[in-house]
Amino acid sequence: MKHTLPSAILASRSQTPVREGEICAVRVDFAFANDITAPPAIRAFREMGAQGVFDPGRCAILPDHFTPNKDMAAAQQAKEARDFAREQGLRYWEVGRVGVEHAFLPEQGLILPGDVVVGADSHTCTGGALGAFATGLGSTDLAAAWALGETWFLVPPTLRVTVEGRPSPWVGGKDVVLALLERLGVQGARYKALEFSGEAFAHLTLDDRFTVANMAVECGAKAGVFVPDAPILAYAEARKARPFHPIYPDEGASYEAVVEIDAGSLEPLVAAPPSPAAVRPAKTFADVTVDQVFIGSCTNGRLRDLELAAGLLKGRRVADSVRCVVIPASYEVFKEALRRGYIATFVEAGAVVSTPSCGPCLGGHLGILAAGERCLATSNRNFTGRMGHPESEVYLAGPLVAAATALTGRITDPREV
Amino acid sequence: MREEKTPAPGGRWDGSAWCYGDDVDTDVIIPARYLVTSDPKLLGPHCLEDLDPHFASRVTPGDVVVGGENFGCGSSREHAPLALKGAGVSCVVAASFARIFFRNALNVGLPILICPEGARHTAPGDRLRIDLAQGTVENLTRGARYTGAPFPPFLQELVASGGIVPYIRRRLAQKKHQEARS
Repeated sequence: MKHTLPSAILASRSQTPVREGEICAVRVDFAFANDITAPPAIRAFREMGAQGVFDPGRCAILPDHFTPNKDMAAAQQAKEARDFAREQGLRYWEVGRVGVEHAFLPEQGLILPGDVVVGADSHTCTGGALGAFATGLGSTDLAAAWALGETWFLVPPTLRVTVEGRPSPWVGGKDVVLALLERLGVQGARYKALEFSGEAFAHLTLDDRFTVANMAVECGAKAGVFVPDAPILAYAEARKARPFHPIYPDEGASYEAVVEIDAGSLEPLVAAPPSPAAVRPAKTFADVTVDQVFIGSCTNGRLRDLELAAGLLKGRRVADSVRCVVIPASYEVFKEALRRGYIATFVEAGAVVSTPSCGPCLGGHLGILAAGERCLATSNRNFTGRMGHPESEVYLAGPLVAAATALTGRITDPREV
Repeated sequence: MREEKTPAPGGRWDGSAWCYGDDVDTDVIIPARYLVTSDPKLLGPHCLEDLDPHFASRVTPGDVVVGGENFGCGSSREHAPLALKGAGVSCVVAASFARIFFRNALNVGLPILICPEGARHTAPGDRLRIDLAQGTVENLTRGARYTGAPFPPFLQELVASGGIVPYIRRRLAQKKHQEARS
């Protein structure tokens, strides 16, 4: 049987034949939770009567959502997570040395080509950028994976997404994935997997691919997996925490559909609230003023994102009417941005720079919106109440649109500034 | 807090319908500002408040939430089905569910039924009778009956055996037994 890449990875971890539309049990290579999803997982783990995790080196807890602890209740949850991690000898990194899970784990070489990765967080699909079948689960499912080292999946059909053409310098991974969302809608890939390939990615950075894979779940997808190529293999080889074996799709595998995107014809895009699929060119939102700009998150808080934003903000000032919040997604990103002078650029431009955290993306802390306020964010969701008050609004875009918007106080196509 | 496990496959309820359409995301089912607990009793009073501020105070135990396509999309938070349970919702009927919510609902024992026809032809306030064993939605207000999609056999087994927690407990016991023998 010929497999698409997502099916081929599942097949490599299953003892029984893997067929689309059927349920299979698969071995997991890595399983993690965060400070919000770990506590319910820990309780489920105990109820299951589990004594220890299947392999402490392949299990992790990352304090990234409500950390540095935003209040007492968050502190209690973070403590419960930390205590369990120490008791079980799981991989755990303290605030000040960690990052947003989906940015941090690939840096640590813990998500690798050919892996099956499960995380108690929907944006676990970000790991697909490295050729892993990475997917989000709830806390109880994650506890089961910690206990047994396996989980079950309904094997999804695959949509092949090819992105061809050379994108303009104003177009990045966010614009590619927003264009995909415009095409598929928020449920166009529900119960399906995406397989990404195409020449356009040779012109973009690996950071752009993380952005694309990150928002696969916004189309409803179970996973969004890139076909391994030289940049992926070089990154994984340089950082691997264990050996890995890349997996490729079979020649002649059958896809449910092929979605073709011409990156060469894309322009900077924005998704309007309350749907990540309500996508239009940035220039069509020119009359929309904003109170806040957020540059960060597991979608667009990496070095390339900060580089692009700093490039536009250098020597300029954030508009008086705007609060611009910049949050590097990991300590590696933070330190390198510091070394390259991007952090100084942000501070001199009048932006807030915070320690790595999910922070305002999910309405946690470090930039919550009041009723009637509007934010342009580089994150992945603009649902009602996502970043604060239910009467606040979130527009989504890449780092260039965000930086341009911070300068003018209204949604701005970066080619204008 | 987890005292109620995945329900026996034969649950049956009468309740009023609360209809919310397509793409109900987990951020509106339970906003992140309340994710400092996973206790259903504390989450329930805030369930769906950003979509319908009156829901949590007016819902009656046994009522049914009716969604369109893609119910429970977005965040993986298991707090979403826990909040619905905490609010007293007996069952969620939808045309389709987002995949993580679907798994979470089974795992925390929130009954769900995939029934596109039933979801489409239900109006807010309709009296519904849900029979999970039969997989049916009976609209008592309109005198109509709809049959939902059955779960795949593996999931039927999982639900019948009490959910993933007892399933894993059994698997771990088997493993221990095998290790002791070898």
